[in-house]
Amino acid sequence: MAAALGRAEARRAWVFVGPSLAGLAIFTLFPTAMALGISLFDWPVFGERTFRGLGNYAELLNDPIFRRVILNTCLFVVLYVPLNVVISLGLAVWLGPHIMGRQAFRVLFFIPVMTPMVANAMVWRLLFQPGGLLDTSSQSLFGVHAPNFLGSTAWAMPAIVAMSVWQGFGYNFLVFSAALDQVPHSQLESAQIDGASTFARFRYITLPMITPSIFFATTMTLITSFQVFAQPFILTQGGPGVATQTLVMYIYDQGWQFLNMGLASAAGWVLFVIIMGITAIQFLGQKKWVHYDA
Amino acid sequence: MTPRRIVSHVLLVLVALLFMGPLVYAVATSLKPADEVFTPKPDLIGSEVRWQNYVDAFTFAPFATYFLNSLLVAVIGTLVVVVASSLSAYAFARLRFKGRESLFVVFLGTLMVPQEVLIVPMYWLMQAFGWVDSFRALILPWAFTAFGTFLLRQFFLTVPAELEEAARVDGCGPFGSFLRIMVPLARPAIAVLTVFTFIGFWGSFLWPLIITNSVDTKGTVPLGLAQFIGQQGTHWNLMMAASVLAMLPTVLLVIALQKHLVRGLLVTGLGGR
Repeated sequence: MAAALGRAEARRAWVFVGPSLAGLAIFTLFPTAMALGISLFDWPVFGERTFRGLGNYAELLNDPIFRRVILNTCLFVVLYVPLNVVISLGLAVWLGPHIMGRQAFRVLFFIPVMTPMVANAMVWRLLFQPGGLLDTSSQSLFGVHAPNFLGSTAWAMPAIVAMSVWQGFGYNFLVFSAALDQVPHSQLESAQIDGASTFARFRYITLPMITPSIFFATTMTLITSFQVFAQPFILTQGGPGVATQTLVMYIYDQGWQFLNMGLASAAGWVLFVIIMGITAIQFLGQKKWVHYDA
Repeated sequence: MTPRRIVSHVLLVLVALLFMGPLVYAVATSLKPADEVFTPKPDLIGSEVRWQNYVDAFTFAPFATYFLNSLLVAVIGTLVVVVASSLSAYAFARLRFKGRESLFVVFLGTLMVPQEVLIVPMYWLMQAFGWVDSFRALILPWAFTAFGTFLLRQFFLTVPAELEEAARVDGCGPFGSFLRIMVPLARPAIAVLTVFTFIGFWGSFLWPLIITNSVDTKGTVPLGLAQFIGQQGTHWNLMMAASVLAMLPTVLLVIALQKHLVRGLLVTGLGGR
């Protein structure tokens, strides 16, 4: 009787899991394996496919544009992630419990996170344009033209980073705000009575307590920043030259401009390996600085 | 209030104003006459306030179609995500079956795979299905995420088993207690999943760029906006009107759901795509 009931429950369970399982199998598990397969072929969108082993990966390594693209992506990550984390944490600390209207500030900083990236980027494209707000402001304030942000090799990447930080820091800001709300007041107050300075209280009480959030936020931000695409696509199309072309733009170009799916897939796997590597390093390193004993 | 706190508040307001600058600039530009977008001096208001720009945007490009398409894709996509994830989440939280634990690990493993790895084989798969340039292709490949399953499972686990047992004694089967007990209780979690999924579909860009050929009839809002990149003589005032409209639904959602956002963020973690 019990066994029959168990079997009936198991049968029903598969009806519940079925749709998700089928969807994930068709649209995630199979394509992940398939991506590895495609990356081993010369795989044009139309026409003959030929096996070339690790040839695509060798071609990537020898392609000066791909090397430049990796460099650009790393430059974006190195500029973007620390700026994002410092600004979001700084503002979250600043907006402590004694600030009036903190809920309104929270909503405000979160708006660009939720609005479509393409729409945000369009606005900033106009902002950076010669004759745009930054340029005209610089002319009225200092009497000189602002640099041609998006058309200059020196300025294009910082401009993309600035736009990305503006649109994205609100996410980590909310995560840090929520974590800071959990830090017990009593401990901070007793430390204050004992004469600990504001900095000391932050460094030795608050900071250790929010390390899980900092770990989570930096890991997620690192992963997503390697996937940067819409901002350079809209702001600069990767230019000037290839100065702001990123890894995902390269995948898109190889796959859908040059119709070389094999190379695009290999580049996709390079991205996957980078992301797995970062996640692994973060998780290995966390023992040294993340405190879970709250 | 101490002087220090007053200074702190004033500075914060300044930071907030600076932060809002681009959005204000977008709205201001969207209301300017075309030949006043680029002026030598920064002024937010042109010689007239042209609300007509918002109407013109819809004749200048098929933005009405883009908005309807985005709405269709986002609503159906969200529906599929919510139904499929709540069903599987219930099974993982409550039903006993062979291989449950290992299957759950496989589900979690799929969270590691970035969309960019999937797009090449996915495009090939869509070709094989004959789905290229269709709404199905915009929706279904991204409508089965382990993420929703994981999120809702966490909530279902917190529901006391006694509630369900009582329902079973009253003659409710698993489907009955799922629909009548679990889903209503998980409403806040489902709301959070709904919002983040909707926003994900609404703002999605790379995949529509790849899979949509007939932009005029099947394009979504981000794809429609991107059409104007690189064109000579972009109508910036109309583009800003369209961008502001593209932002509006999400801005309203953020304001309406502000109370649940912080908690939602912490439980969802991964957030948008």
